[in-house]
Amino acid sequence: MFKPSHFAAVVLFALFASMVFGITQRETPRRMVHYGLYCFVLFVGSVVVLSWLMFLIAR
Amino acid sequence: MATAQNKKASGETGFLYLPLIAGWLVPGAGHFLLRKWFRGALLSASIFGMFAIGIAMQGKVYAGAHDILELLGLAGDLGNGLLYIVSRVLGLGADQIQVTTADYGTRFIVVAGLLNVIAAVDAHRLRTGRKA
Repeated sequence: MFKPSHFAAVVLFALFASMVFGITQRETPRRMVHYGLYCFVLFVGSVVVLSWLMFLIAR
Repeated sequence: MATAQNKKASGETGFLYLPLIAGWLVPGAGHFLLRKWFRGALLSASIFGMFAIGIAMQGKVYAGAHDILELLGLAGDLGNGLLYIVSRVLGLGADQIQVTTADYGTRFIVVAGLLNVIAAVDAHRLRTGRKA
């Protein structure tokens, strides 16, 4: 059974979803790469921010 | 004549919905039919990878719908096309979620199906000329 850490699971999820979003939502290869990176940063960044927020609320 | 040959070479003849259906049944197949090899390979790797990781995490593959949440999960799983059917036939995935990673695995499988639907619709848009 594959048991990644929570963060590894988030990174894998963000990687795959960003690749599909980049390819399907933009027309040119250059814009696909930019949009894919943008989605990846938003996915991972929002998780980091929300995780810190929940940590601070829970204290 | 040259235009007709180009269309034939790029798969732009024949049944209009073939890339949509092929893309739904096999991730990336819609793009392969349209000779978008690199895009198709990346989409295929992403969706196959996400589904395989979900199964490896002992995620649940929805078999029926007893409530609205299960119905939504089943709808997402069905987006995987043949992957869903193969996983059901082979009995892959877990019947009950017992650990946290299995819950994540279930989401991976559902989202892989939803991403596959997006990819199949993208292949249809390429086929109809709405996207370059």
